Amino acid sequence: MSLRPDLAAIAAHVAPGSRVLDIGCGDGALMAELESASGCDARGMELDGALVERCVSRGLSVVQGDANLDLANYPDKAFDYAILSQTLQTATRPDLILDELLRVGRRAFVSFPNFAHWRTRAALMFGGRMPVTRALPVSWYETQNIHHVTVEDFRDLARMKGAAIERAWFFANEIEIGAPAANWRAEFAVFELSR
Amino acid sequence: MSPNSTSPVFALPHPLPLDSGQVLEGCEIAYETYGTLAPDAGNAVLVCHALTGDQYLASPHPITGKPGWWERMVGPGKPIDTNRHFVICANVIGSCMGSTGPASFAPDGAPHAMRFPVITIRDMVRGLVALLDGLGIARLHAVVGGSMGGMQALSLAANWPDRAARVLVIASTARHSAQNIAFHEVGRQAIMADPAWAEGDYYAAEAKPDNGLAVARMAAHITYLSEAGLTEKFGRRLQNRDAKGFGFDAEFQVESYLRYQGSGFTRRFDANSYLYITRAMDYFDLAEEFGAEEHGGKLADAFAGSTARFCLVSFDTDWLYPTAESRHIVHALNAAGAKVSFVELSAPHGHDSFLLEHDQLNRVVKGFVE
Repeated sequence: MSLRPDLAAIAAHVAPGSRVLDIGCGDGALMAELESASGCDARGMELDGALVERCVSRGLSVVQGDANLDLANYPDKAFDYAILSQTLQTATRPDLILDELLRVGRRAFVSFPNFAHWRTRAALMFGGRMPVTRALPVSWYETQNIHHVTVEDFRDLARMKGAAIERAWFFANEIEIGAPAANWRAEFAVFELSR
Repeated sequence: MSPNSTSPVFALPHPLPLDSGQVLEGCEIAYETYGTLAPDAGNAVLVCHALTGDQYLASPHPITGKPGWWERMVGPGKPIDTNRHFVICANVIGSCMGSTGPASFAPDGAPHAMRFPVITIRDMVRGLVALLDGLGIARLHAVVGGSMGGMQALSLAANWPDRAARVLVIASTARHSAQNIAFHEVGRQAIMADPAWAEGDYYAAEAKPDNGLAVARMAAHITYLSEAGLTEKFGRRLQNRDAKGFGFDAEFQVESYLRYQGSGFTRRFDANSYLYITRAMDYFDLAEEFGAEEHGGKLADAFAGSTARFCLVSFDTDWLYPTAESRHIVHALNAAGAKVSFVELSAPHGHDSFLLEHDQLNRVVKGFVE
């Protein structure tokens, strides 16, 4: 089973044997990989009950919960890593979620679709409508992405929160690309943060 | 021992200490087992029954002749697979299907009746732990329970944290709410208002407090169902008549159903057991047991020493032990750093959903217990 590129990047950089919280864990693909390949103690949180049921059915420890509300119950630094993949842009308050990630985890991985990718910019500039692209395939009125964010926006937010960017990875066409001009070239970004 | 039970009976080798400070002498526990215990005793699954349940988990009930209460869940190839696991279900103390309770005989040869000590959920579990000792099971592969069975599973995990590797709690709570206690009190008062109850001393009498017990069951039964479920099943339909009769017979189908549930219940359950077990449930507040100053304040302390994996399941239409109660336990387990899963399943049948066929529940139970 091949992981989504952003998840594969995260999986490759989580230290073996770590305690990990995967927020918005979906069907548990990353958790399963971390447990089987890296011997991690992985926990998950997911809003969608059907996905939680699939995770629990495959033996993963996943709690049905809302990242906007339910992170508060975890103690400080309960995890080596807190992971938020493609969920930041759906949060009610992404800035508060980022605070919580850095509180419950010693380090955090955050991945998100980059709204400043050239395809999105072109769609908005020349189409004059909210972009529907490969990376953002859902119309504005039904998308769960309520807080679109760019690579540069995220760097600003991290700085504002006093979080250090340890590493970053950028992807286009499902392939990792370099950091130069990532705000133009990257469809997806993954950041590793610490505070 | 109750003549109704055909189960093996474990006689505790020592008096059972109780939370009240009293001790229960000559305590016996009736139980059923399914499957084969592995040589290392590592494949044992304890299933804890609910308020009016008993040890007939996956085998026919000797009085009603009905299938075991969770046969859809437990058996060869079922989610709790008896080809792999040795499954134990024991009648709790205080009940009336072969374990020591108010209907069983005291050392003086007469039934305990109301001389039976008031017990708690932890006392029930203390009895179950003694049974596990007797069966040579040091650590359960899993403890599983719905409703009051879930309270026992939580109590075992909190008080005997080394005794279970997995803890599965379905449609349950860590504390009885004022509303829960209120409904139970209605039931108890119905029993005690029945003249045949006779201060609990009815075992030699011709009449039993069946009317009171039936009303208690009827009131409780409503709490096990959902409004939508009742509406779907009965609506306002009349029973065996085309028009209202302007009288007080069971004219509505829902009345007829409740009366049937009530009277059927009295054939298999002892009224005093109903008093004692509902009281035990009302006393249940796991956080309080662990010294929390206020309800829920430090439920996490109850699980501080636990190395078990937990799974909690609630149902969206369960208003007896609603999802918020399960979530409250999940938050405490998160705070304690325990490994926990939680899912709210959708089902139309209220609290009773855990006893009914539910594909998602089957998959969750199988995935977690395996």
